[in-house]
Amino acid sequence: MSRDKILAAARQNKPAPVPLPEIPAFAWPAEDLLASFSAALEKSGGKANLVKAGTPIAPAVKALYPEAQRIVNYVDGDTAVNEQLVQDPAAIDVVVLKGQLGVAENAAIWLTDWDCANRVLPFLTQHLVLVIDKDTLVGNMHHAYAVMGQQNPAYGVFIAGPSKTADIEQSLVIGAHGPRSMQVFLIER
Amino acid sequence: METKTIPHAEAATKFLANPARVQWHDETLWFVRYKRDKIVNEIPEWEQLRNLASQIKEHTLSQLDQYLEQFEAAAQANGVIVHWAADAADHNRIVHSILQQHNARKIVKSKSMLTEECHLNPYLEAQGIEVVDTDLGERIVQLNKEMPSHIVLPAIHIKKEEVGEIFHQHLGTEKGASDPLYLALAAREHLRQKFLAADIAITGVNFAVAETGAIVVCTNEGNADLGAHLAKVHIACMGIEKLIPRTEHLSVFLRMLARNATGQNITAYSSHFRKPAPGQEMHIVIVDNGRTTQLGREAFRNSLKCIRCGACLNTCPVYRRSGGHSYHNATAGPIGAILAPNLDMRKNADLPFASTLCGSCTDVCPVKIDIHNQLYQWRQVLTQEGYVPAAKTASMKAMASVLSSPARYSFAGKWARKFLRWFPSLALNKRLNPWAKQRDLPTPPKESFREWYQKNGGNQ
Ligand code: SF4
Repeated sequence: MSRDKILAAARQNKPAPVPLPEIPAFAWPAEDLLASFSAALEKSGGKANLVKAGTPIAPAVKALYPEAQRIVNYVDGDTAVNEQLVQDPAAIDVVVLKGQLGVAENAAIWLTDWDCANRVLPFLTQHLVLVIDKDTLVGNMHHAYAVMGQQNPAYGVFIAGPSKTADIEQSLVIGAHGPRSMQVFLIER
Repeated sequence: METKTIPHAEAATKFLANPARVQWHDETLWFVRYKRDKIVNEIPEWEQLRNLASQIKEHTLSQLDQYLEQFEAAAQANGVIVHWAADAADHNRIVHSILQQHNARKIVKSKSMLTEECHLNPYLEAQGIEVVDTDLGERIVQLNKEMPSHIVLPAIHIKKEEVGEIFHQHLGTEKGASDPLYLALAAREHLRQKFLAADIAITGVNFAVAETGAIVVCTNEGNADLGAHLAKVHIACMGIEKLIPRTEHLSVFLRMLARNATGQNITAYSSHFRKPAPGQEMHIVIVDNGRTTQLGREAFRNSLKCIRCGACLNTCPVYRRSGGHSYHNATAGPIGAILAPNLDMRKNADLPFASTLCGSCTDVCPVKIDIHNQLYQWRQVLTQEGYVPAAKTASMKAMASVLSSPARYSFAGKWARKFLRWFPSLALNKRLNPWAKQRDLPTPPKESFREWYQKNGGNQ
């Protein structure tokens, strides 16, 4: 059986034990979180919007995407409308989701399958809007995993910007298969 | 299917026949290297991260059997079906049998160098099953009936006008179109239909976490996710070396992978698949295909640390000027030249010689593989085993002996500097100096650094 053969060969051929290193706490200046996050997001083709707590998101989304007909909004949208629109996910124009945390060094936002409602939504939509609390910003990926690393969701994803490709002569094209744009709302308490 | 292998030098000569294209290829890749340097320099702890990444991988390899068992148990507890494949044929059979079980006809695949290594597509096509590669670069080369020429940038050798022609023929885009935006959007429409209709999605794996049984897949296009979430069945294919012990270790690798590969902070998507969604089915195929043998080769086991970032290809002067296809192996470039002889020494004996041993690959490697040393050591092994063509041994041995002795190196350098000033055109004589093909040598400095240092720096 292949399994036993592979495991036996790995056992036989592995080198002497090598210790596992500890990952040190790589610091990140706290005052820099928002600026770094916004710059990183811009670099990867997205855009950050800072809003005060309590500001309704739905009208802001409508203003950003005036042409959009089918907006699925899990932050402050209508549940019945959402339920109806997700029946045909390929036709959705905009999806609005709440992310758990943002990472300053690369603008990655963490979502699990609970946050996505349906795993495919943030990928199939034409445009993606993610909302996070500004207080959830962490400096780097080590800090991010320190917060969400023990969650172990069935599915989880870091999303950092819209979908993109540079496969034709290294020319950057935003909107490869997934969203053609991404906007992030950071809620300031 | 045995096809004749064209030796690297011969294939490279063909590639070099078009100087304008060679220069374009060279400059495009060098620009990727430049972007990589720029972003890496923004991370003050970069060298520390390299050490960590290297140590985590070395540790994992030193307990690989235990981590594999731990991973399997965790994945099974998550409801994932785990398969083991000893070699490429085994892997292809397993994938095919899953497709058969589901009567699947429409398959989408995101980038996986492992399935390229195993030649999965031709195998399935021979069984009448069409696999659609969904990574844009891979789709381009697939439509053009080629292999990827780079592990991260599969279509890096193709010009936009040629993409326009390929898409015109296969996707019905306008003749003569060459605008990347127009072409990419056409591919988007074409591939959306494929995603929505697919029965089964095949993906690669960037990292596999032993403690949780999760696999992590990194893409910029979102194609792995679209495939895996829309199809009823997700098959993830991974080499045994993809393992890392714990979730927190991902932080080190995700900070490095995209920065080192393309000069981005991180890929647009880093997806963690642990359990299938309700109503879906998830398979993981764990593949050996020579990896445990490589683990047993002390001089070469370090190559199993590779995270396939492609940086050693981008920086390699030989790769940039000979093209990925000249390596006649799924993985090209310096790392491909270390991995390939492990699989077949006779067929790949030429590859470790496709290097100037300049060491730039080793310098950029995020997991600190001593790539150029391993290339040098493969030369010894292949020569001892009698696999090296005679013509290669004489000139390369002379060069290797020069490079390995400081005294001779210094003498040879002194001699070359004089010689070059006297007979500059001879340095480009293609028969005398194989590395001079297509390459202008820089104007030789009047004195070497060593001479300069003795005069100016040595007395401080
Ligand atoms: S050998 Fe190192 S530089 Fe080359 S692809 Fe692998 S990880 Fe990247």
